[in-house]
Amino acid sequence: MHRSQKSASLPFIVWMVLFTIVPIILVIVYALQNGGGDFTLQNFVDFADPIYINVLLRSIGIALLCTAVCLLIGYPTAYFLTHKGLDKKGILILLFIIPMWMNFLVRTYAWLTLLESNGLITSTVNAIRHLFGAQDDVRLLYNYGAVLMGMVYNYLPFMILPLYTALDKMDKKVIEAAEDLGATKFQVFVKVVLPLSLPGIASGITMVFMPAVTTFVISRLLGGAQFKLFGDLIEQQFLFTGDWNFGSAMSLVMMALLLISMGLMNRFGDREGGGIL
Amino acid sequence: MKKLSLLLVFVLLIVTLSGCGATAKESITVYNWEDYIDPAALELFTEETGIEVKYVRFTTNEEMYIKLEKGGTAYDVAFPSDYLIERMIANDMLMPLDKEALPNFRYITSWMQDPDYDPNSAYSAAYMWGTVGILYNTKMVSEPITSWGAMWDTQYERNVLMMDSVRDSLGVTLCYLGYDLNTRSQSELEAARDKLIEQRESGVLLAYGVDEIKDKMVAGEAAMGLVWSGDAVNSIKLNPDLAYVVPDEGSNVWLDGMVIPKTCKNYDGAMQFINFMLRSDIAAMNSQYIGYSTPNDGALEYLPEEMTSDPNFNPPEDVIARCTFFHDVADVLDVYNRIWLEVTAN
Amino acid sequence: MKNAKKERNVFARIYLALVLLFLYLPILTLTVFSFNASKSRAVWGGFSLKWYISLFEDTDILQALYVTLGVAILSAIISTVIGTLGAIGFSSMNRGQKALWLNVANLNMLTPDIVTGVSLMILFIFCKLNLGFFTMLLAHVSFNIPYVMFSVLPKLKQMNAHAYEAAMDLGASPAQALVKIVIPEIMPGIISGAILAFTLSLDDFVISFFTTSEVQNLSTLIYSMAKLGINPTINALSTLMFIAVLSLLLVLNRRSALVERKKPQHHHHTTA
Repeated sequence: MHRSQKSASLPFIVWMVLFTIVPIILVIVYALQNGGGDFTLQNFVDFADPIYINVLLRSIGIALLCTAVCLLIGYPTAYFLTHKGLDKKGILILLFIIPMWMNFLVRTYAWLTLLESNGLITSTVNAIRHLFGAQDDVRLLYNYGAVLMGMVYNYLPFMILPLYTALDKMDKKVIEAAEDLGATKFQVFVKVVLPLSLPGIASGITMVFMPAVTTFVISRLLGGAQFKLFGDLIEQQFLFTGDWNFGSAMSLVMMALLLISMGLMNRFGDREGGGIL
Repeated sequence: MKKLSLLLVFVLLIVTLSGCGATAKESITVYNWEDYIDPAALELFTEETGIEVKYVRFTTNEEMYIKLEKGGTAYDVAFPSDYLIERMIANDMLMPLDKEALPNFRYITSWMQDPDYDPNSAYSAAYMWGTVGILYNTKMVSEPITSWGAMWDTQYERNVLMMDSVRDSLGVTLCYLGYDLNTRSQSELEAARDKLIEQRESGVLLAYGVDEIKDKMVAGEAAMGLVWSGDAVNSIKLNPDLAYVVPDEGSNVWLDGMVIPKTCKNYDGAMQFINFMLRSDIAAMNSQYIGYSTPNDGALEYLPEEMTSDPNFNPPEDVIARCTFFHDVADVLDVYNRIWLEVTAN
Repeated sequence: MKNAKKERNVFARIYLALVLLFLYLPILTLTVFSFNASKSRAVWGGFSLKWYISLFEDTDILQALYVTLGVAILSAIISTVIGTLGAIGFSSMNRGQKALWLNVANLNMLTPDIVTGVSLMILFIFCKLNLGFFTMLLAHVSFNIPYVMFSVLPKLKQMNAHAYEAAMDLGASPAQALVKIVIPEIMPGIISGAILAFTLSLDDFVISFFTTSEVQNLSTLIYSMAKLGINPTINALSTLMFIAVLSLLLVLNRRSALVERKKPQHHHHTTA
């Protein structure tokens, strides 16, 4: 077509090269160097240390758990949202999206206030426990559960949204047909609804797992810096230990991890619907 | 197309103009600890000298060092601790201080005018000093605390706050075990590591933190926490149930100084700032605001009697005698980092 | 049968209400306690606006607010221009080129925030740039561009390709055709892209955290304030930020509803 129109892409291309491709190349170059600037694979060898592998596994573990919890809470939510009987559905759905737009840090900070010993939730829980004769107080902050809860809270809307889209798109006539053919509610769900919503499940899992496995700060604020996750480790290499070469190698491992899990999930989901929003 | 390019030009104009606006006035960039100055002192400085202060904060010495070492920011004045000043001098990262331009330097207590990490204070001027100790809640412990052992005592389950700072937490553990807190011995460091891991695994530890420890202690969230003496003074003011102790096994005494990094852009402005902070009334103002002990002899007369007579604020001789300065352990830094990683990432 | 359905609906409502409670409890508590007269985090000490007053007296916070708004507005404008032009240029690329640049844009979006943050930090320090307002702006523009592009692309796809050709046949220059025909047609996509970019910039913490150190925006300021402990001023600040983003989203939502209502036929035609 027209050359002038093609040149409209130029600023985009220049920007993407400068601020997406070049930085990634720099990370790769750093990862393949030692502190003295010699090329080496030592950083990746160093990473094979059990201590880092453990942190990596812990991150994957908590991210999987977080994804599973989000799916368990999110699927019924999305399913009920498609019910016809609900009024003002548009606003209702918006209500589920809004928290997603609150600043990530503010969302996490809010839980810090609630889970403190004299915070609202902890004091309520303890008051109830005392009613039933308990003598001691429980602490809800600074443990694995608090970190997991913070993650679930942060990423739940990312699960609900694609599930809702998939369930809503579903042709209701198929369900009616199945019912007419004598299928029980349970059969309809297992044989029709669930298989048809698989792409939504896949994209929901991707959208929760990806940020969950790379998260940092949550574990510091809600876990009291005791449950280091992979993201915390990367931050620490860059801002506290100062070994950028090793930090870059870790970043590459993280990228690889993500691309692999994306690839896995894409087998289940539809490629077209893989958008972030 | 024309409209779009006009828009682009407009945007670029805004960007460059906003950039120019910031540099029109003389300014300095100061890199200081979180919560470590009286904001009124900064305003007063700008009022008197006309120099704008860009004020940036850090949480740990290590974080500050990385930022200065890697570049990315041109700080005119920074506030590192003793052992890091030593490392920065060794790595040629600091500008010498022109004492002619620092008439207020003479107010600094004589022994701090010549600290062993920086002979004759060639590169640094003392800002605040103090000790590391245990801040504890008298209502939540069974007896007055005198030993680091209390931080490992299982009766305080989920009630101990440690510092998320490698030298401080490792240092006091080394003291507890009777070792030198500047040790280079692998086995001693490993013993300290095991002790810290034990603290976590026995369930005594509640969390690692830095600046939030004071807030948690004041709110009664934990029985004890590892703090710097100045934070203790401040917290006790807010919650009279709290008390501070430097345990018998000894601890760390530290001195934070003001330095000018080689990457500075406004040396004269930085010198004016340091001289201003050394002025006795200003030193007193800062000391009163943040609760830390001032090395400024002249400041004492501006401070209320109840502060200067407070042993936490003004540690007595015998406490100082059992405390040691940190020194830079640059050659075994990897070991320290590794040990700390094994403690926190376990 | 009818009863069972009703019961199921009641159950559905209760379930949804519980999930909403989980999602909004922290936000509500934060908001309520931002009006608390006492500093306590659990006890109500009476209504007061003092945390809002101290918010507006705090020069650090105001400075951070200006930085946040400045970066959000500028990055939204710049990324909208670059992203829109990029999308328009795509239509005249061959399949291979198009796939290549779409993949680069996807890579940009898929890169975890923390990796984007550290890689940009390496780049800026490598180029000896001071980490401050300017570098943060560059970073925000780069993570915003793909989002703008992907909200403009579908509108371009929907557009009647012949309109552009017809304008050219009638003697318009390519630039004229672009401004007079293409831009108005894809305006809804451009506007939603711009608002999206603005809110993304407002929301960002991780990338800002690594790409600035001289100046702070609200996210990085809240981070350093949160490290000092709970402070009701942060509650007040968070409440205001939340309201700001909320009203923007409502505007966006109403707008797209309006646009769709305005051209029901067109919409129907293209989606069919």
